[in-house]
Amino acid sequence: MSLIPFWFIVIAILWTGFFVLEGFDFGVGMLHSAVGADEAGRRAAINTIGPLWDGNEVWLIVAGAAMFAAFPGWYATMFSGMYLALVLLLAALIIRGVAFEYRGKRDAARWRRTWDTALTTGSVLAPLLLGIALGDLLAGLPIDSAQNFTGSFWDLFRPYGVFTGITLVLVCLLHGATFLSLKTTDEMHQRSQREARRIAPFTGAAVIGFIVWTHVTASSAFFLNLIELTAILAVIAAVWLVFERRDGWAFAATALTIAACILSIFVDLYPNVMVSSTSAANNLTVHNTASGAYSLKAMTVVVIVFLPLVLGYQAWTYYVFRRRVRREEFLPAARPAPEPAASEAAASEATAIEAAAGLPVRDADGKGP
Amino acid sequence: MNIDLARWQFAFTSVNHFFFVPVTIGLAFLTALLQTAWYRTKLEEYLRLTRFFGTLLVINVAIGVVTGLVQEFQFGMNWGQYSRLVGNVFGAPLAMEGLAAFFLESTFLGLWLFGWDKLPKRVHLLTIWAVAFGSMLSAAFILAANSWMQHPVGYVMINGKPQLNDIWALFTNPVFVWGYAKVVFAALVTGAAVMLAVSAWQLRHRGDREVFTRSARLALIVLVPAILFAMLVGDELGVVEARYQPMKIAAAEAQWTTCQPCSFSLFQIGGGNNDHTPTQIIAIPHLLSLLATNHWNGQVVGLTPLQQQYSKQYGPGNYVPDVFIQYWGMRVMAYLAVVVFLIGAWGLWLIRRKTLATSRVFLWVAVWGAVLPFLMNTAGWLLTESGRQPWIVQGIMLTRNGISPTVSTTWLWISVVIFVLLYGTLGTVDFLLMLRYSRKQLPPPREQADADAPVPAVQY
Repeated sequence: MSLIPFWFIVIAILWTGFFVLEGFDFGVGMLHSAVGADEAGRRAAINTIGPLWDGNEVWLIVAGAAMFAAFPGWYATMFSGMYLALVLLLAALIIRGVAFEYRGKRDAARWRRTWDTALTTGSVLAPLLLGIALGDLLAGLPIDSAQNFTGSFWDLFRPYGVFTGITLVLVCLLHGATFLSLKTTDEMHQRSQREARRIAPFTGAAVIGFIVWTHVTASSAFFLNLIELTAILAVIAAVWLVFERRDGWAFAATALTIAACILSIFVDLYPNVMVSSTSAANNLTVHNTASGAYSLKAMTVVVIVFLPLVLGYQAWTYYVFRRRVRREEFLPAARPAPEPAASEAAASEATAIEAAAGLPVRDADGKGP
Repeated sequence: MNIDLARWQFAFTSVNHFFFVPVTIGLAFLTALLQTAWYRTKLEEYLRLTRFFGTLLVINVAIGVVTGLVQEFQFGMNWGQYSRLVGNVFGAPLAMEGLAAFFLESTFLGLWLFGWDKLPKRVHLLTIWAVAFGSMLSAAFILAANSWMQHPVGYVMINGKPQLNDIWALFTNPVFVWGYAKVVFAALVTGAAVMLAVSAWQLRHRGDREVFTRSARLALIVLVPAILFAMLVGDELGVVEARYQPMKIAAAEAQWTTCQPCSFSLFQIGGGNNDHTPTQIIAIPHLLSLLATNHWNGQVVGLTPLQQQYSKQYGPGNYVPDVFIQYWGMRVMAYLAVVVFLIGAWGLWLIRRKTLATSRVFLWVAVWGAVLPFLMNTAGWLLTESGRQPWIVQGIMLTRNGISPTVSTTWLWISVVIFVLLYGTLGTVDFLLMLRYSRKQLPPPREQADADAPVPAVQY
């Protein structure tokens, strides 16, 4: 059996994994100022993703590298054609990445405000640009018979591509809001839920519009395929669960929504990898861009060994950092551990997940849970 | 024009990236050693040092990761024809790097950073070792890819395209084996020099003497063997490269005619690609023969005969790399390595005499000495990469044929300006933060705070 379709699936999975995981990081980046009313709140919001975002971003690196290795022609055409958009994307990811590390390293309001702005801007731009890039694969770009992009910068802004970008920004926003609802307490928890309720209708409308547009662009069939249908059902469920305030299930539904949106692009793309708007004969397909059989075989061994391992230790990370983050931990006065009595009281109010995990005070002996 | 801009941008972003990478690799390893010392001895000093240097490590990792992303994207963005031609060989180690190493490094850094109170001590210690191991592993994969550009192996040509047919050959490539060893030792040198400089600054400025003497000692114990091995491995790497890339070594001595035995000039006046008879100052007989061939009377083929040979083999063209960069890249790297070794040896001698903490001259030298490994690393990479020119993959593809044909000069100028501004700003911020945190007081010993309080988590 040829490994070419398998590698297309691997790449689709890597992009999906990236958006499911980094999607809420983007959302938290966009929302951290809205949900955290003061400095302690903002820090609490950022620390909900503190241990996770760096590992999540690696999914993008690996998705890019896998495209390079398995479909060099696809990687070369896409990355050179979308040149300026990718320069902007890199700039957005860079300022966002260093914003996490640097904003808390100096105790000055202006310094923090600067990095807050960088974090928010980067977190909006990244999914927007990535959405435009992925949407363009399906919408079609001017590509000649030598597999080279022949358009200008403005040719990248195809209506479908731009709408994909906007949809992904909205999905990431909702995904981030449900994540924050799951990971914060008290007022921040309520504010996260309120943000989620405010965003949900827009995300719902955008996703339904996006799926219909995708279907019309890529398929001649009347009925939606299974993935497209899943995306629509998942986003409806997400909106309903957000209004029902079922934090855990709402987060699961937004995760499923984002996964189904990304997968639907790839499912509708196959066997093309980049549609040429110049001529269908110039379409890049999995076959005319793929690496040799030996390379694919060698990398298949590596991916089969390492991807489950990665999923294993990343899942463990999420388990280790499963408890909610409390704003009180970040108040300057509260740095010496809170009174045991107070934390007992807080624990009784907190959810079952949190109580099972134990509050940090009880880990003080260093043994941990 | 386009080719120059694309090359300049790649060089600029790579050199910047490699300021942060060796610090990460070296400091991760040293921080892991400190934490192991704490785990074993239960001495409070080691815990304080672990957290102190861990903070410096984290400031660096952030910028190392994001500048690494730029490196990966640039192959496709600027070097489209290159990526198209060699992706199926060159891409494989890159994909493996992400799957096997980047995930490990990033995920476990998060666990280490935020896991102080959440993980059992032993598991927490393992997480910093996973970070150190992951960062060293990632260097292995990228070096395997880079070594393939210097000396392509494990492939067959099908329809004018190299096709991978032996993945192991990439990892047994002699250029990789020696080059990787060299990079690991250079990273340990860099990390140790940074740790030594910070400790020395603290000792000069009334930092806790007891504690920072320990870290200075650890840094020196790692630094001296690491620089010695880096020099030995570098010598062997030179021999390997002389075999596969004779232009590189001939250019490093500005040797235009074939010689046997060959001497090594300490300095030269003039030189370059248009001056074939520079004035050599102090020529050491036989030294170039030894460096390039491991033999007292080894032969080094000159640039002119090599040029003739390549023109016959690959068609007319200029196959001589930039001689000025090669000649001085080699010397800056080698001479500074000797200086670093001398500083290290001086430090070890002071430790023996138990006067390290009070020798103000040494401490001053050690602070400024931290600049040297960065200059050495940059010179070394210029020597390696500029010496490969005009090839992007030795013998397979010329650099000028590797660029993306559709990326315009305007696009290139825009990206160059954006990257320079971004890297300039972030590099400065990173450097100032490193200075600021290097000059901070240690975190207080735990007994002075509430004895029952948890170790305060490192947070954003």
